[in-house]
Amino acid sequence: MSTATEATKYSELDEFIAGLPSNDGALIPALHQAQEIFGHLPFEVQNHIARKLRIPAAKVYGVVTFYSFFNIEPKGKYKVQVCIGTACFVRGAGKVLDEFAAKLKVPSGTTSEDMMWSLDGLRCVGACGLAPVVIVNGKVYGRVEVKDVQGIIDDTLAKGE
Amino acid sequence: MSNYRLQILICGGTGCVSSGCLEVEDALVESLRKHGLYEETKVIKVGCFGFCEQGPIVKVYPDNTFYVRVEAKDCEEIVAEHLLKGRPVKRLFFKEPSTGERYSHHRDMPFYETQVRVALKLCGIVDPENIEDYLAVDGYDALAKALTEMTQMDVIDVIKASGLRGRGGGGFPTGRKWETAYNAESNKKYVICNADEGDPGAFMDRSIMEGDPHSVIEAMALAAYAIGADEGVVYIRAEYPLAVNRLKIAIEQAKAYGLLGKNILGTDFNFDIQVNLGAGAFVCGEETALINSVQGERGEPNFKPPFPAQVGLWKEPTVINNVETYVNIPQIINNGADWFQSLGAPGNPGTKVFALAGKINNVGLVEVPMGIKISDIIYKIGGGIRGGKKFKALQTGGPSGGCISQENIDVEVTFDNLEKVGSMMGSGGMIVMDEDDCMVDIAKFYLDFTVEESCGKCTPCRIGNKRLYETLENISKGKGKIEDLEELRDLGVIIKDCSLCGLGQTAPNPVLSTLNFFMDEYRAHVVDKKCPAGACKDLLEYVVIPEKCIACTLCKRVCPVDCIIGEPKVIHVIDQARCIKCGACEAKCPKDAIVKQ
Repeated sequence: MSTATEATKYSELDEFIAGLPSNDGALIPALHQAQEIFGHLPFEVQNHIARKLRIPAAKVYGVVTFYSFFNIEPKGKYKVQVCIGTACFVRGAGKVLDEFAAKLKVPSGTTSEDMMWSLDGLRCVGACGLAPVVIVNGKVYGRVEVKDVQGIIDDTLAKGE
Repeated sequence: MSNYRLQILICGGTGCVSSGCLEVEDALVESLRKHGLYEETKVIKVGCFGFCEQGPIVKVYPDNTFYVRVEAKDCEEIVAEHLLKGRPVKRLFFKEPSTGERYSHHRDMPFYETQVRVALKLCGIVDPENIEDYLAVDGYDALAKALTEMTQMDVIDVIKASGLRGRGGGGFPTGRKWETAYNAESNKKYVICNADEGDPGAFMDRSIMEGDPHSVIEAMALAAYAIGADEGVVYIRAEYPLAVNRLKIAIEQAKAYGLLGKNILGTDFNFDIQVNLGAGAFVCGEETALINSVQGERGEPNFKPPFPAQVGLWKEPTVINNVETYVNIPQIINNGADWFQSLGAPGNPGTKVFALAGKINNVGLVEVPMGIKISDIIYKIGGGIRGGKKFKALQTGGPSGGCISQENIDVEVTFDNLEKVGSMMGSGGMIVMDEDDCMVDIAKFYLDFTVEESCGKCTPCRIGNKRLYETLENISKGKGKIEDLEELRDLGVIIKDCSLCGLGQTAPNPVLSTLNFFMDEYRAHVVDKKCPAGACKDLLEYVVIPEKCIACTLCKRVCPVDCIIGEPKVIHVIDQARCIKCGACEAKCPKDAIVKQ
């Protein structure tokens, strides 16, 4: 990643922060925007936000680590999310998650070393009629069974993007 | 809307989007153009019809035909056969699993027959991205009536008289909350809509915001007028992009029509709404934690009192209600408190929306009058248990609730009754479990959730729940002792008594209620080291049924640890000491002679 694009990203973030009505309550919207721009929230970005909002970096870190939506580490190219809400759980989502972990050799909640795959259990997405639900980079697969897992992996790789 | 001869409504809720309604929309438009019907047909993506199991759902007006599980490839047939020739496509009608009967209209279907729609009244009827649709069905009439004919106290009196109780779970009387905020002296007040629907398996608030966002806006404006607030916040889960988007569109439209902003409807009432995204913390559903989150802090709860209605957002009086509570309000103002009281049960007026899911035939969003029997929800509306299995439990209230067993299946659903049987209303998730679900495993599942979501402020919740989880894990692995069961109960009660907020005070409920109603199952795990439901992997044994075994050695060959003893013509036996319980033999056996028990 070149420095020029990094600079553009920071200025995009600064512009967003400047557009907020006040610094009160601005931290979470700023973090959402930063994660949208950078993909994740490394310490440099957290420090930058702290300086902009004139609040301690420790507070920013405290907020980032409190909320599960914010990631400090980057995610893989393919983000596999298995819904483990109750409806999906009772219809076998736990086994589906285990199967992805075994097939991809990525434990749940982590990213593979080659940065290709991230695997996460996801809190209810509210598509309980389709349980169990798996989402890969935004594409939703419904009524997934253990035997479908390899097909989803192949499907994802075939599309490549 | 009347310029079109035909209307096609496509469910555009998250469930149907996930099952492909966008492709269906494209295919329909293409077929309509091909047959020259596009100019006279209006295709609208509406909010959730509720019957998510059967999505994507397509409805055709004026004859009101209800098609289920429509795929893009079906659209040509719908247009060519139904719209052009007047012959509805019968194979796409809903087929009732228990009787095999097909239905062309939704109102005849058992799933809809018992439902009464108040909160979901406009979901699936209006175009959520078009304010004109909402205005055409008397939208914003209640706000106009309040601003021009009613004093602030009149509005509060109607809500109090209606007996409306908070639909977010606690069941606190809404009118009293508003009155407290009204009486709090301050020249700055706030109104918040709690749309941080975190219970796994509950999705009614999302569906309301996706299907009928203007009702939420109108209700917030009514609350603001009643208490004297001029700013509102919708705190909504970031995991609900479609709802966020529709809400933002609706707010912009309301502003453009002068229904939000300064001098609304020519009066001196000013009100504006901003949308704040949550960031994935279950505890933020608790009102003081939510306020901290809006203020950019960690979402940790505060001690109450003072209640937010006295000291809330930015230390000013604040009314916080949940989405479903709000959408009842314009209708109460329009139809009166008596109308609302006439629905539901004494002390629990109105309706409640439930997200019915799990091992049930008809998964979906159902709205029923308070006081309906649990059995009616499961068997009449839900169509019974999937695959003809036996009902075991109904879990309500998400991680804060409990499991209701067969013996209480005829209980009438009200806030108070559910608490009496060890569960709670919660936000309205209802997960049906069958004989294959292990209650220890389910309790463990919820505790896993709570341990992760506990904010860490109170020790009993932070550490106590972790200990509960570890004990359950031991039990599910066959390492439990009989004393553990008493310890689970004692610790559970302590956590409930000593935690600050609703999360900790209810977190042990899944354990306590399953201990109460499914003690036999716990004992089986601890004493016999067996899981009767066959869910706890460590307690399973794969065994060969000698009568069924044909001694073909197929299982022996797939066993990765070579623990199956046998040869051709000699009945096989599994060596339990070496078995790793992978299940490969069970899958391979051509005669189903290997079972886990």
